[in-house]
Amino acid sequence: MTPTTGQVPEFQGAQRRRPGLRGWLLFSPLLLWLLAFVVAPTCIMFVYSFCQRDELGQVVFELSLSNYARVLDRTYLKILGSSIGYAGLTTAICLVVGYPVAYWIGRAGEGVRNKLLMLVMIPFWTSFLIRTYAWMSILKSEGPLNGLLQYVHVISAPLDILYTPTAVVIGLVYSYLPFMILPIYGSVEKLDNALIEAAFDLGAGPVSAFSHIIVPLTRPGILAGVLLVFIPSIGMFAITDLMGGARVPMIGNVIQNQFGQARDWPFGAALGMTLLALFAALFALSVRKDEDVAA
Amino acid sequence: MVVMVELRGVSKRFGDFSAVVGVDLGIREGEFITLLGPSGCGKTTLLRMISGFETPTEGAVLLGGKDVTYDPPYRRDVNQVFQSYALFPHMTVKENVAFGLRMKKVPKAEMEERIRSVIAMVSLEGMEGRKPSQLSGGQRQRVALARAIVCRPKVLLLDEPLSALDAKLRHAMQVELKELQKKLGITFVFVTHDQEEALTMSDRIAVINKGRIEQLGDVSQIYHRPKTTFVANFIGQANILGAEVLSREGDRARVRLEAGIDLVVNAEYLPAGASQALISIRPEKIWLQKTRREAVNVFEAVVEDELFKGSTDQLRLRTDAGLKLTAMVANESSGQESVHAGDTVFCHLHPDDIVIVHDG
Repeated sequence: MTPTTGQVPEFQGAQRRRPGLRGWLLFSPLLLWLLAFVVAPTCIMFVYSFCQRDELGQVVFELSLSNYARVLDRTYLKILGSSIGYAGLTTAICLVVGYPVAYWIGRAGEGVRNKLLMLVMIPFWTSFLIRTYAWMSILKSEGPLNGLLQYVHVISAPLDILYTPTAVVIGLVYSYLPFMILPIYGSVEKLDNALIEAAFDLGAGPVSAFSHIIVPLTRPGILAGVLLVFIPSIGMFAITDLMGGARVPMIGNVIQNQFGQARDWPFGAALGMTLLALFAALFALSVRKDEDVAA
Repeated sequence: MVVMVELRGVSKRFGDFSAVVGVDLGIREGEFITLLGPSGCGKTTLLRMISGFETPTEGAVLLGGKDVTYDPPYRRDVNQVFQSYALFPHMTVKENVAFGLRMKKVPKAEMEERIRSVIAMVSLEGMEGRKPSQLSGGQRQRVALARAIVCRPKVLLLDEPLSALDAKLRHAMQVELKELQKKLGITFVFVTHDQEEALTMSDRIAVINKGRIEQLGDVSQIYHRPKTTFVANFIGQANILGAEVLSREGDRARVRLEAGIDLVVNAEYLPAGASQALISIRPEKIWLQKTRREAVNVFEAVVEDELFKGSTDQLRLRTDAGLKLTAMVANESSGQESVHAGDTVFCHLHPDDIVIVHDG
């Protein structure tokens, strides 16, 4: 074969424009919102995390690293570790359960797709607290779940699910599953069917096509889903309070307690900052991997 | 001659819509066959039943004598070049080309060698590390081709692979593809709606219309002996005229056009006992002269207007009795006498250039 003319490489995305004045103007509401409710409070908390509290719980501006030293205490590290464990388990379950759902919705016909997406979002029509109480009544010893299992003779005595780590993970999975499904759906929907066919055509069976083509090409959605589930799961305190019955301490509960009953804002701030640093590192890592894929 | 792909009474229905209806087709080893037809005629569905992406509603698909009707695509020894190329965007050129070999677990050393030679074959040396987004349309086309032929399939399926290229590049690729096919000796099944492309590249053409094979034959047969008005009109241009059959003698028949002109025609496709027929005359087969020559099939006409087409002139002719014809003449050397609008000319037609066609 001889080379043909007209082989000038077309670099995609070169025509992307920089936002002008109008762009910034349209963007300003979000920017102001971020400044007022994210950047400013975070700065205040950052400063607080180096302060002390007096006997009445007032913040005293005596700068030191003592709060961070306390964060490294075994008790808190253990709670942080178990929180990461629960959040990790929640994320893994959401991924395993959510990916097939998202894939199926994303590959469905256009008309069906919107109806199925609606089903994913219907739970948001009810208050989060009501849904959590509903789960508590389902899981309790004399609740319908135990009733059913006993009725079909799977178990002889009621299972103690409520107020255990299992209940917490069930609650977390239930609450955050949509946040896994939606971003993965977004990636799957954009996936060109011809690419999957090309993989089959080149001899890849379903498993190979999934691992070599489908997963890498939906990775942005998977990463977004993982972050959207993992990060709020670690910080969650309402579900752990209600469904764990305060018997399953998570780092979110500890932080909430510092700002509530314990009245130790500086220490709570230090815990919060530590968590924030953890998330930032996680995010940076995922973005870098993402760029590897895109490059 | 070994039959590489055989379609036996293959039909495909999508709900109420019949995409392919009872197709029988034998594709020979090493030939370049084109499935040609307008969009929606079922040619891509036919191709997808060979590749395995569609399962026939009825009938069987045989590959090298083996029934593969229900085999998934990854168990068939065929590869496809997709219309959109379908290059894996997250892989480099080399990784794309290597994919099929990796799936087949070809040993590393052999894999490297095969990739190197196929990349040289499609002139992509130095591009191995690029991602598809960093390539031009023509280069992507070559990667798609390389990715398929590196697997050494029994049959290479090409689904309108040149349609996204500009005219000049397309013409260059037509020649390259044809040369590549000769060199590799692989059976090529090419799908297109572009009749010129089909004529340039194919050994044989299957003209497809409404899910059926309208005519199957070598390139010259399809062009010179169209069986139906559809084939005559779809491939090249044709004057289709109604005629009354006067007499028949061997492979010749005498017919009378509605305008009262008697012609001797090739009767190959004339059904026995037919009294009416349709005839097809290619515009460039009408030999125009300003003086009458002694021959069969000569009549007088006036050139109504002419359309300049570069290397040819397209003329609209009209006889006294109102018969309208389109003729095509080469733009000859300045030294030669040429025909222009307003001229009176004599049309000469060889009986073998007038073909009986069926309404279709």
